[in-house]
Amino acid sequence: MESLPKTPTGIEGFDEITGGGLPTGRPTLLCGGAGCGKTLFSISFLVNGATQYDEPGVFMSFEESSDELAQNVASLGYDLPQLIKDKKLLLDHVRVERSEIEETGDYDLEGLFIRLGFAIDSIGARRVVLDTIESLFAGLSNQTILRAELRRLFRWLKDRGVTAVITGERGDGTLTRQGLEEYVSDAVILLDHRVNEQISTRRLRIVKYRGSAHGTNEYPFLIDEGGIAILPLTSLGLSHAAASERISSGIERLDTMLEGKGYYRGSTILVSGTAGAGKSSIAAHFADAACRRGERALVFLFEESPGQVVRNMRSIGIDLQEWVDRGLLRFYAARPSLYGLEMHLSQMHRMIERFRPSIVVADPVSSLLTVATEADVQATMTRLVDHLKAQGTTALMTSLTRGKIEDERTDIAISSIVDTWLLLVTLESSGERNRGLYVLKSRGMAHSNQIREFLLTSHGVELLDAYIGAGTVLAGSARLTREAEDRAAAVSNDQELERKERTLERLRAAFEAELAALRGKFEAEQAELASAIGQHRARQKRLRDDRVDMAKSRRADNEPAERR
Amino acid sequence: MEIEATKRLDAGAQPCVDQPDDVHLLRLYVAGQTPRSIAAFANLKRLCEEHLAGRYQIEVVDLIQNPQLARGDQILAVPTLVRRLPEPVRKIIGDLSNSERVLVGLDIRSPGDSR
Repeated sequence: MESLPKTPTGIEGFDEITGGGLPTGRPTLLCGGAGCGKTLFSISFLVNGATQYDEPGVFMSFEESSDELAQNVASLGYDLPQLIKDKKLLLDHVRVERSEIEETGDYDLEGLFIRLGFAIDSIGARRVVLDTIESLFAGLSNQTILRAELRRLFRWLKDRGVTAVITGERGDGTLTRQGLEEYVSDAVILLDHRVNEQISTRRLRIVKYRGSAHGTNEYPFLIDEGGIAILPLTSLGLSHAAASERISSGIERLDTMLEGKGYYRGSTILVSGTAGAGKSSIAAHFADAACRRGERALVFLFEESPGQVVRNMRSIGIDLQEWVDRGLLRFYAARPSLYGLEMHLSQMHRMIERFRPSIVVADPVSSLLTVATEADVQATMTRLVDHLKAQGTTALMTSLTRGKIEDERTDIAISSIVDTWLLLVTLESSGERNRGLYVLKSRGMAHSNQIREFLLTSHGVELLDAYIGAGTVLAGSARLTREAEDRAAAVSNDQELERKERTLERLRAAFEAELAALRGKFEAEQAELASAIGQHRARQKRLRDDRVDMAKSRRADNEPAERR
Repeated sequence: MEIEATKRLDAGAQPCVDQPDDVHLLRLYVAGQTPRSIAAFANLKRLCEEHLAGRYQIEVVDLIQNPQLARGDQILAVPTLVRRLPEPVRKIIGDLSNSERVLVGLDIRSPGDSR
């Protein structure tokens, strides 16, 4: 069986969630309360059809006049008069004034059919909008005729094969006040504009789409100067490709902590910490590094104005203005309470779609908690992260943790969706607060597990070696004191050694001296003894010689010379 | 055939230049020669003869032949009778079978009364 042909609306996000647009050649009912964007949705459908898909359209208005309509949508950049001149669009204002009309007897609405038919034929329209046909119920009193004629009208539209949008006011407990859903059974779209805690959110839901799969969720949408945009809840799953490319965090020693290479491209980084822990500075470094590489960075600010951030970051030696001027860096600043969460997300989504940044910074996402519950923020951030990951965009989000004790939990429970989590802690000791940083987790890399103290200096963030003593990390003056103590200890150590060496030297000298004295004495005695021995021998010889001489002189018989 | 569709002026009408304040300029929009159209024309003709003899002009517009004319007078329902003169413009929709309502709609009170 052939699948249902669809006509693209050209409305951002809508064609995605419907798998192609509205059912071709069939009427679609678009209902919602006053001011929820029905007219805008339908005019966008026609203008996009005329400009993007070469499908001329007829707008039959039962409420606003052609001039009013043209004025209302001019702010969105829609030039209706030009489209009308080009025969791409035809506006017909049907005015039904009950006070001018008297009803006598039987009638039908063939006049309307002829009028619409003529309009369609005169520009070869493929798209038709009837906005809001329910006004007829106010102008004409014979409901029986009206209902029969409406049924005939929708049948007729189908026969003409035009893709039609019929708008209807939301009724009490019904989709439309006059029960139009009874007649239009192919597709029903509900627009909703609700205010929750003084914050308005627009939502769209596809109530029915015969013959087509569609999302049944409520999709937030927004209306801004770019027209209408629906935020697709793209259920991308987890199919995004993981890049192995690494990008610098902008802080050399932080890169070192992350295997010396930095973050993974396309990953999501969470920087959490207490107030004043330096989250924004880490974020600014990251944006600065991206711009240095010539990549585009988009920064969402929820607490500070761009001017303020530029000034503040200049104080730590980061000149963001330069990147803004060169078109590499763009800020989007909005108070969280300006819109509902979905609107923020839609805005962010839209900015990302248009600017196509390679990195995105959101500072701080935790402030979104002021406009929504934790569960909502988590769901929203998950959607944003999914979207960014699908595009390979690296995201850095900061989150403010409350309280003095930093537990390993952020207020927004988004920790499970982030890849790298940097925790900034304040180390409080000796009457001062110092900043510390550690990598709580970083998927897919062997990261450092040390706490590093970090300083905000006039040339950026500096990470110092951790000083670990007595089971705690020393920071600030405690670290300095400790360093001084260590230096002193080292000095005294040196002195001690020197002293010992000197002592040894002295001992050796004493030993040498004594040895020399002994040797002197020995040599003296040796000499004495040797001479004594010599004399002794000489005397002995002389005695013998004397005896021989004596014998000779006595003329003894025996030669004493043979003896001995 | 009751309606002579292309005929602009009805035989009973007087030249309007003579009595501009008094003349009734009536335009009947129909869509084809349907029984309802024919009935409406007949009813209108009869009422005019009875109440506005000599002071009316009926123009019949068949939207099937001239669809572009539907827009100008804001025609939705057919048949629609538009009283273009005297001002203000009034519209009466339906087959004009209820004479009483038609007379109220046209602001005509009694036979021969010329306001």
